[in-house]
Amino acid sequence: MDRTEMTNVLAVRDLKVTFTTPDGDVQAVKGVSFDVKKGETLAIVGESGSGKSQTMMGIMGLLASNGRVEGSAFYGATDLAHAGLKELNEVRGSKITMIFQEPMTSLDPLYTIGKQIAEPLRYHRGMGKRQARERVLELLNLVGIPDPNRRIDSYPHELSGGQRQRVMIAMALANEPDVLIADEPTTALDVTIQAQILDLLADLQKRFGMAIVLITHDLGVVKHVADRVVVMRRGEVVEQGSREDIFERPTADYTKMLLEAEPHGVKAPPADDAPIMLEGRNVVVDFNIGGGFLFRGTKTFRAVDNVSLTLRQGQTIGVVGESGSGKSTLGRALLRLLASDGRYRFESTDISLLDRSQMRPYRRQMQLVFQDPYGSLSPRQTVGEIITEGLYVHEPQLTKADRDKRAIAALLEVGLDPAARNRYPHEFSGGQRQRIAIARSIILKPKVIVLDEPTSALDRSVQLQVIELLRDLQAKHGLSYVFISHDLSVVRAMSDHVVVMKNGKIVEQGDTEAIFERPAEDYTKALIAAAFA
Amino acid sequence: MTDTTTTLAPTVEGRSLGQLAMMRFRRNKAAMAGCFALLLICIFSFAGPLVSPHTYDEVFPSYVSIPPSLTPRPDPQTLAEVAESTAKRARLTLESYEIENGVFTAKVTSTRPIDPRSVRYFDRVNEFKNTTVAETSPDQLSMTLTGSVNQQYFLFGTDSNGRDLLVRVMLGGQISIAVGLAASLVSLGIGVVYGATSGYIGGRVDNVMMRFVEIIYSLPFVFLVVVLVVFFGRSIVLIFAVIGAVQWLEMARIVRGQTLSLKRREFVGAAQALGLTDWQIIRRHIIPNTVGPVIVFVTVVVPQVILTESFLSFLGLGVQAPLASWGTLISEGTKNMQSAPWLLIFPAIFFVITLFALNFVGDGLRDALDPKDR
Repeated sequence: MDRTEMTNVLAVRDLKVTFTTPDGDVQAVKGVSFDVKKGETLAIVGESGSGKSQTMMGIMGLLASNGRVEGSAFYGATDLAHAGLKELNEVRGSKITMIFQEPMTSLDPLYTIGKQIAEPLRYHRGMGKRQARERVLELLNLVGIPDPNRRIDSYPHELSGGQRQRVMIAMALANEPDVLIADEPTTALDVTIQAQILDLLADLQKRFGMAIVLITHDLGVVKHVADRVVVMRRGEVVEQGSREDIFERPTADYTKMLLEAEPHGVKAPPADDAPIMLEGRNVVVDFNIGGGFLFRGTKTFRAVDNVSLTLRQGQTIGVVGESGSGKSTLGRALLRLLASDGRYRFESTDISLLDRSQMRPYRRQMQLVFQDPYGSLSPRQTVGEIITEGLYVHEPQLTKADRDKRAIAALLEVGLDPAARNRYPHEFSGGQRQRIAIARSIILKPKVIVLDEPTSALDRSVQLQVIELLRDLQAKHGLSYVFISHDLSVVRAMSDHVVVMKNGKIVEQGDTEAIFERPAEDYTKALIAAAFA
Repeated sequence: MTDTTTTLAPTVEGRSLGQLAMMRFRRNKAAMAGCFALLLICIFSFAGPLVSPHTYDEVFPSYVSIPPSLTPRPDPQTLAEVAESTAKRARLTLESYEIENGVFTAKVTSTRPIDPRSVRYFDRVNEFKNTTVAETSPDQLSMTLTGSVNQQYFLFGTDSNGRDLLVRVMLGGQISIAVGLAASLVSLGIGVVYGATSGYIGGRVDNVMMRFVEIIYSLPFVFLVVVLVVFFGRSIVLIFAVIGAVQWLEMARIVRGQTLSLKRREFVGAAQALGLTDWQIIRRHIIPNTVGPVIVFVTVVVPQVILTESFLSFLGLGVQAPLASWGTLISEGTKNMQSAPWLLIFPAIFFVITLFALNFVGDGLRDALDPKDR
């Protein structure tokens, strides 16, 4: 080995990952080469389906059973791509460790975090029980878990998302690895916590001198922490280079497109005399927690606390807040989809006291679009059945042919091929599914749509398209939106009025321009700082 | 919106989840072999009796508890003995005896003139039929008789009452498969609707409905059957109903569990936002999405039901003789295990093959319906 290669802790050459499927082989990664140098942060960026995760999974021998790896990935003298299980286990979990996107599911709920962190220590280093525990305490301190003496015996469900991710990092650090692979480590976290985790990673890297491979779709994160960047698309490396090169002087069109995919534009507020479409006054939502058949508990959790909101025709109100702030609950309460207190008005009708069947005629006017385009479409119905479902309820007199016509019209309106209506949701990409979900809402010609994080699960470039679509539909049909999101840049581009929520209460509200340029409350400032830093 | 958009020629048919599952299932060799075995057993059980010359309740007094064999019964040796003894019974002497192509020729003599009616003695035994007098000597002291030999095949042997086991195994298969399927369908129908309703509505309704299930669950099964038999009398239909009535409890629990996780899914929320009624949501969204685990569970229920049925029959509450199910045949076989092992072996072979096949099919279905589980 010559000198330049000595500094490479991981050298990946022409790595291919192929999956065998009923429809033939699918090549997820088509020959990728890159190096990870000692102590650097390498970011692998790409949209979903670009093969960025599968590359690392392939190297670590974690592919699904129908996948196989070709090429080489040298860690020292070991070719991980062709190593046997024993060799691989010596490296992974010890020299190369991973943290995953979902801190909720990557910890075993049945074991205390102390035990889980101690596991790699005892396995790889043969530490005794007491010795391992001491080391675990040290690690928990290191990753900034408050009160580690108590937390070491906690179960995962007792920790918040950010804390769980810290635990995962502690686990990954336990054996002082040379390479830490972080697969979307902050995607599932709130913006303020995201910043903390990234700072922690940077800090730990400085102390231990390990290399970090950061897999992410979020260019904002990359800009902050990466030394070098690999841009991937459809299983190939589009471009790689230093952070400056990629951000200042991108050469590939795809990279340029990704950099420009930040949503932009502003929305003009509606006229002051625009009619009120939907109004909720003093909205309060309590959830019962605990209580059983015999012991009817009276414990309640107040998810939305005395919130008032007025939506005018053509207006878009952006509701922002971190997870648990009650913003989704507010959206559902406004649509009268869950039991809540307060006064509600739709156009000129008071809908506060209507029960489910009385609400039904109004349902077609007020629709809801969900965050997760994978979960919001029933997997066993065709797209045609899904989008015409509302017509069964609200226009039962329609014939099958009429319904089909309406389905075609709705699909065309959201920019999908009408031939799609005989296919099933799993055959579509995330962005297409979200279009289907929107088609399902607009087929009823509603006046108000509550959009619950409609773009959060989508790639940036697709996000942009969905935002454009929502804008077009609003302009065409004079729709009013309640736009719920944690993504401030999207809210800024979409809405003319912003409501900031925290712990069920409104912290601050006002015109978009005012909130983003001159935030008054500290919480709003912190949010904006974390998002646009 | 213009009407020109409706004239779109090519419509792409997508592959549904079911079709994808089917493709995965077809590639599973063990499951396909299981399907094939089940098909063969069904053909054997349902078409077999139509081809067989015997019926399930036909008694052959001459062939009680004979072991299985590929050669026809009776064999020439026995036939000669039978002819001898028959002749003796008719107070005749058997001079010569020949058998050729299923036709026998016997020459009988007597010291007194022979009455032609004595041929009846030959017809009376199982082995001979259509006996006629071919030739009578002028002095009527000797006579040549011809007739066809009544030869039977008992490939599986006969039981202690002289009934053909082959046909009885076929009949047992019919009843066991029918009970298995029918009771499973009953449990499927009730359990799915009940479980989905309970799980979806939730709250107090769920509490009451599931407590009811637990109460029935805690009743001794046999007691329940006895009560039902006392009220409604004994019939196969009742067995279907009784077993189904017990099996649906488990099904309801499984479906309820599925429903609890399904109802938090966003597509159910979307349906609520569209204004669908509870029942519409259950029917259109909840039930179709529970099929995976339900189908797998059914493949477990079918063998369980077959076993339950044999248990009931064993207690005398199920299928009654001369009808038979695999369960009754096996329990009969165990009684004669030492003297006539074939009575146990043949029904048991079919039973075991069926259960194995169902298990392989169930495994295959589970893998096919839940691709994440690979």
